[in-house]
Amino acid sequence: MTTLNISRGPEFSRIAGLGVARGENAVPNEDIIEPINSSDEWIRKMTGIATRVRANADTSVIDLAESASRDALAAAGIDGGDVDAVILSTITYPHMTPGGAPVLADRLGSTGAAFDISAACAGYCYGIGQADALVRSGSARNVLVVGAEKMSDFVDPADRTISYLLGDAAGAVVISASDEPRIGPTVWGSDGSGAQLIRQTSSWLEVRDGEAEAFPTLYQEGPSVFKWASFKMAPVALQAIEAAGVTPDDITAFIPHQANIRIIDQMVKQIGLPKHVAVGRDIVDSGNTSAASIPLATERLIRDGKAASGDLALQIGFGAGLVYAAQVVVLP
Amino acid sequence: MADKNEILAGLAEIVAEETGLDTAEVQLDKSFTDDLDIDSLSMMTIVTLAEEKFDVRIPDEKVKDLTTVGDAVDFIEAAQS
Repeated sequence: MTTLNISRGPEFSRIAGLGVARGENAVPNEDIIEPINSSDEWIRKMTGIATRVRANADTSVIDLAESASRDALAAAGIDGGDVDAVILSTITYPHMTPGGAPVLADRLGSTGAAFDISAACAGYCYGIGQADALVRSGSARNVLVVGAEKMSDFVDPADRTISYLLGDAAGAVVISASDEPRIGPTVWGSDGSGAQLIRQTSSWLEVRDGEAEAFPTLYQEGPSVFKWASFKMAPVALQAIEAAGVTPDDITAFIPHQANIRIIDQMVKQIGLPKHVAVGRDIVDSGNTSAASIPLATERLIRDGKAASGDLALQIGFGAGLVYAAQVVVLP
Repeated sequence: MADKNEILAGLAEIVAEETGLDTAEVQLDKSFTDDLDIDSLSMMTIVTLAEEKFDVRIPDEKVKDLTTVGDAVDFIEAAQS
């Protein structure tokens, strides 16, 4: 019987470079409260958000992705031509097909594999898990993982459930070979019984058939999502810590998806993180940017001097699906 | 199984921890929103901690029906059996 060759890769992988791009405009609560009959005070109390970053009308989600990617490539010291795979996590690329990743790869000068993933706010951590596996299996030398969203294209200004939280941004990292372990095992999963909790208001078929009340936007059952994220995600985070063979005391930074400051604070409590751990709270200024929020919060912690290259960070993404993923990584 | 008084006492501890209120303020006729100023997210935290404490399940869709502390105590008492 003929035996096939298989690819074999390096034993370990790492985050080799990080780049981010925030929407050009910081939109304060005052600018969005009228259609939802709310107040700056209420939004801050319920979400922690003071401003959310939103892009100009003529800035596309791929523009944001490209900007973040170029910074990530520069930080990793490689060119687009060195990228063997591009994984774009987005729920706001406005074409069902083709995906946005090939378009992004082409702009960057890469002809590597390129595909989109739809894992919403868990997408960045899903991408890291996949990229880690691609590098270590020898399928790709350098993988570009990008979480990019232009959420403002899919918000209803009068929606009181989620729209007012959302911002536009992209975060990108390059995953490459490493001489020591720098990305811990990914703990991930889903609970599709909660598929209705965060969703598009109408399907494209309902739009086609005239059954949609308006252009589809995003909607969530806020309190139910809060309960799931605050209490069900802490055990996942603890599993990621255990899988990496470290303890909460070893963690320097906790970088959860920036969904809501109340979720972040409750997760810190439920995980039992020591006081020395720096917690990503970029949501206050950037809002909830879905798949981009973890790299944004990472960049912010480093820029503010609260975390540094070489530090151990626990990151966890969770959102529409419901889906979730967590891993412990060494910061680039 | 906890009786009504024990459920009220346990619930009062949870509410006090979440809100900073005194346990004595958590009485059966008090409204979670109007009297105790508990918002929808704090309510979910209280519900989750009550589920753990009394080993019951309080479905998300039932939470909106728990207007007063007494409603919650009654629900938990019934859910125990």
